[in-house]
Parts: sequence; C-alpha cells; structure tokens
Amino acid sequence: MSKWYMLTLVGKDRPGIVSHVAGALYEGGCNLGEASMMRLGGNFTIMLMVKFDGKQKQLEELVSTVADSMALKLHVDAIDAELHHHVIPDIRISVYGADRAGIVAKVTQALEEVGFNILDLESDVAGTEDKPIYIMHIEGTASEGFDAVKAILDIMSKEEGVDTKISRFDTLIG
Amino acid sequence: MPLLPILQYPDERLKQVSQPVEHFDDELRAFIADLEQTMRAGPGGVGIAAPQVGRFQRIAIVDVSSKPNIEHHGRLILINPEITEWDGMKIGREGCMSVPDYTGNVIRAEKIRITARDEFGTSQSYDMHGYEARAVQHEVDHLDGLLFLDRLVSRRNDLFQRKVYK
Repeated sequence: MSKWYMLTLVGKDRPGIVSHVAGALYEGGCNLGEASMMRLGGNFTIMLMVKFDGKQKQLEELVSTVADSMALKLHVDAIDAELHHHVIPDIRISVYGADRAGIVAKVTQALEEVGFNILDLESDVAGTEDKPIYIMHIEGTASEGFDAVKAILDIMSKEEGVDTKISRFDTLIG
Repeated sequence: MPLLPILQYPDERLKQVSQPVEHFDDELRAFIADLEQTMRAGPGGVGIAAPQVGRFQRIAIVDVSSKPNIEHHGRLILINPEITEWDGMKIGREGCMSVPDYTGNVIRAEKIRITARDEFGTSQSYDMHGYEARAVQHEVDHLDGLLFLDRLVSRRNDLFQRKVYK
C-alpha cells in the first residue's frame, strides 16, 4: 500500500534542484502532494509530500543520490496526508519593523493568547546589512474573532515598536 | 424543487462559453428557482452561474446580503449580464463550488456597472462595489468559461498593501 512521507531537503541554492529532485522521484514511482519550496537566504528549502509504494528506507535511498549530487541535506518522515481538508484562513496579519531578536516570539505569543491558529507564515529579512528590517506575513484562523486579534496586536505593536496590519479575508465562494 | 448537481473542475464543460438567453418563460424561471436553491444549499455560496450546473446559458444569481456590513442590492438575477464599466482593482480571496478545497487570491475591479435582464426579461442596471462587485465578476467569468483558477495571483508578499495605479 502506498504511504505518504514528508521530504525535507535543504541546500545552497543553485539552478536545477527542483527538476532533479522531482525527476528522481517520478522515475522512482512517487506521486507528489502539496509542497512548499523557497529560497531562504542563500538556501533552497523544500518541504514536499510524497506518496511512495515502499518503505521509508527505500525512499531515502531513492532520493539520496540526487540529494548528494545537488549537495542537499535530506530528511524523511512518515506522515498522515490529510489531503482535501484545507482550512480557509480568515485573517491576514502583516508585521514589519527594524530587525531584532524576539519579533516572531512576541507576535506569535500574542496571537496564541487569543486562540489564533497560524496556517501560513512567511518572513523576510530585508533592508541593508547595517539597517536590517523584518517583514512577516501570517494567515490563519481566529477562534475568538477579528477584534480580539486586533486588540492584542495593537498592544503588542506599541510595546515592541513594530508596525502591524491586520485584515479580514472574506473568502468569496461563487 | 431539486438541487442541481454542480460540475466540478476538471470537468471541461466549465471552460465553455455560455450562450445568451432568448426566451424569458416559465421554464427559465423554474430553472432559476432550482439554481437559486442550489446556490443557497452550498456552504457560504453567494453566487452561482448556470454553467456550473451544466446549463450553458448566460444566467447568474448573486446574493451577498448574508455578509455583514457591506452595501449590496440583495438578490440579483442576472441574465445576459454585461459589465460596462470598471474602476479600481483589489485583491481578494475566492473559492468556488466547482473547485472544492481550494481558495486563492484574485484581482477584481473594485467598482463596476452592470446591465442585465431579470427573469422576466426586464433590463436592469446596477452600480456596485466591493464584495458584491467581486461576486458578480466571479459569476460573469463562469459564463465566459473562466474559473478563478484562471486569474490567480501569488499568495505571497505584499500585494494586499500595494496601491494599484490605473
């Protein structure tokens, strides 16, 4: 029976990583599921759901050749796929400010206090080396509603000196 | 009144262009009643277009009155609709009864003027904006064989904050 695995691959970015990895998986009889692939700093990162008719060890062997050839670190976990159950986010939050340690911790602790569940978080360090800025976008669901999230973020952003913007997603189903 | 089965992508029929309605008769009105019931049976459905149930005529229904704090025109029966004016652009999140388990960001005009006939063939004109305008544009797309999948823009980055200059 086919099983789902989560493949994690990380390495110095270079052209061809995705095509080599995907090609090896396809030739090895794998079917790919949802994925997040992006460059973080100078690293290319892959989180990839893979359906494979075999054991974890066999999958690791299948991918290790291409991972080695592209100088990627490989990690594999068996997972429950739980596909076709997307949770629709209802709130989007943007945070930005002068970069320093603790922004993510403070923002997400505030969000956790009001029962906010993060579905998607992406962040960038921008600006210049001597004046870096931190920019973060979060999407998720608010169990205690928009106003509760806005109130706690307003307090947090004053205390921490970061700018936050919060907006509702009113997803249109047509 | 039966609920009509909804075509779901990758059903190719969703990509076909629908034809104008010519006869405003009882059969049309009976179909519209079924279509409306089908729309209201869907969770959160604020619009539906005839091709979504396999009838390839230019008929859409929009009713966003269930959404709090927005201006709207109530229940709209839009037959042979034509968007005659557009203004502004805005990104919003959309999903579709014909594309289950997926939502994505789509750019739509912020304000539109639309002319359409109602179920009795009377010509109507509406100026609308925001969520209602988005819903109408989503449904009119169905009549032209377009899904919101054809208009997706990136989920990433700051498009929400960016002003779009005309």
